[in-house]
Amino acid sequence: MIRTALIAFTTTVAVTAIAQIAPGERRSGAEFMSPSTQAMQKDDTSNPGMLAALEGETLWNAPAGNEGKSCASCHGPADKSMKGVAARYPAIHQSTSMPVDLQGRINLCRSDNQKASPLRFESRELLALTTYVALQSRGMPVSPPDDARLDPFRNQGETLWRQRFGQLNFSCAQCHDDNWGKRLGSAPIPQAHPNGYPIYRLEWQGMGSLQRRLRNCMAGVRAEPFGFGSDEFIALELYLMSRAAGMPMETPGVRP
Amino acid sequence: MAQEFIVDGDRISAPLTSQPGDAVRGRAIVVDRQKGLCLLCHTGPFAEQKFQGNLAPDLSGVGSRLDSGQLRLRLVDSLKINPQSIMPSYYRADGLHRVGTNWRGKTILSAQDIEDVIAMLASLSEADAGGVQK
Ligand code: HEC
Ligand code: HEC
Repeated sequence: MIRTALIAFTTTVAVTAIAQIAPGERRSGAEFMSPSTQAMQKDDTSNPGMLAALEGETLWNAPAGNEGKSCASCHGPADKSMKGVAARYPAIHQSTSMPVDLQGRINLCRSDNQKASPLRFESRELLALTTYVALQSRGMPVSPPDDARLDPFRNQGETLWRQRFGQLNFSCAQCHDDNWGKRLGSAPIPQAHPNGYPIYRLEWQGMGSLQRRLRNCMAGVRAEPFGFGSDEFIALELYLMSRAAGMPMETPGVRP
Repeated sequence: MAQEFIVDGDRISAPLTSQPGDAVRGRAIVVDRQKGLCLLCHTGPFAEQKFQGNLAPDLSGVGSRLDSGQLRLRLVDSLKINPQSIMPSYYRADGLHRVGTNWRGKTILSAQDIEDVIAMLASLSEADAGGVQK
């Protein structure tokens, strides 16, 4: 039996203000890195993510699938047609009225327009194409669409953001809104902005998507991670993009 | 599964096990980043440990500030002291969401682990905090 002598105390402090990062306080994840890792991200000749972007450019122009069409067959040069696209994803897919993220959109083009099989999550090809498309938005502000159909999904994302989970019983917000800038062991806690993804992570010795990062955070608190491409991750991505609105895109980011 | 225990004000006065806590074992648990995880958040008088976190109060001298019963409730379920706390409940296995399959239905520490950690924390006195152990 647990005697609840503390009930009176706990109910009086149950409601606390929801902390959010003020616009002037927002910091890109790159600002929490060492100067040498920052320099690696800044200089295209040393940023390993640029190799993935180059590979993405090749794939952009390569015919695939039963239609024998490349991305370029429909969209032309990416530096024009893809400018600003990554900055406004996830967005509503017209024929289903459901939100898709950039990786999902690329795979829809594969299946619907190229009649090709979808690319596997975290595959080299999907990361390369996503990086190449996102590179066309570098320097542009994160611009979530002003589309009311996205609101319920953004709200779902915010609910997940504030939900404690895992054996360690943490919410995303407790680390990234309430304790950013502090150190969890040796790791500085960043604010969790999505504007540099896909990233090259030195620890992975390779590229990774935003969803891979989110799965790492969930595993870190000993939670069962959501699946790649799940509704939950799309909702979290939508919330993260609205939270980062106006911040410049930095893909490909480099992380330690 | 966690066994039952009695919360008495801000304490769990009775030890969770009949075997007395072992402070040496407790120290090993506290500094173990896979097991105790304490130094992810706390600093403390563990000079050889690099990369101590700074999300939580320093543990130096905590044995002078809190008695064993208070330490026990803090470890077992710190949410009973502060419902907003980020300190994990080390001896609780229910009422959690989406716990990973490897961890489901298990407490972070065992009852004996908790008693060992308490024995170690109780030995951290203010007198040591100034220099001896640091
Ligand atoms: C216990 C603390 C903790 C929790 C809980 C947590 N994170 Fe993180 N998160 C971190 C740390 C620390 C890093 C940086 C990791 C590193 O660089 O090694 C990070 C990195 C990130 C990044 C990458 C930021 C960048 O600039 O690269 C994103 C995005 C993110 N987290 C989102 C989330 C989301 C969404 C959740 C909940 C599903 C979550 N985090 C839960 C600690 C946490
Ligand atoms: C994820 C963060 C986190 C971890 C891991 C953690 N703690 Fe804590 N701990 C806190 C915070 C924050 C407080 C301050 C009170 C509060 O907010 O609940 C605290 C308070 C305490 C206190 C009371 C300190 C005082 O001066 O009143 C003790 C004792 C303590 N923790 C011991 C431990 C031990 C031992 C471990 C590991 C077995 C541990 N903690 C793991 C976050 C953590």
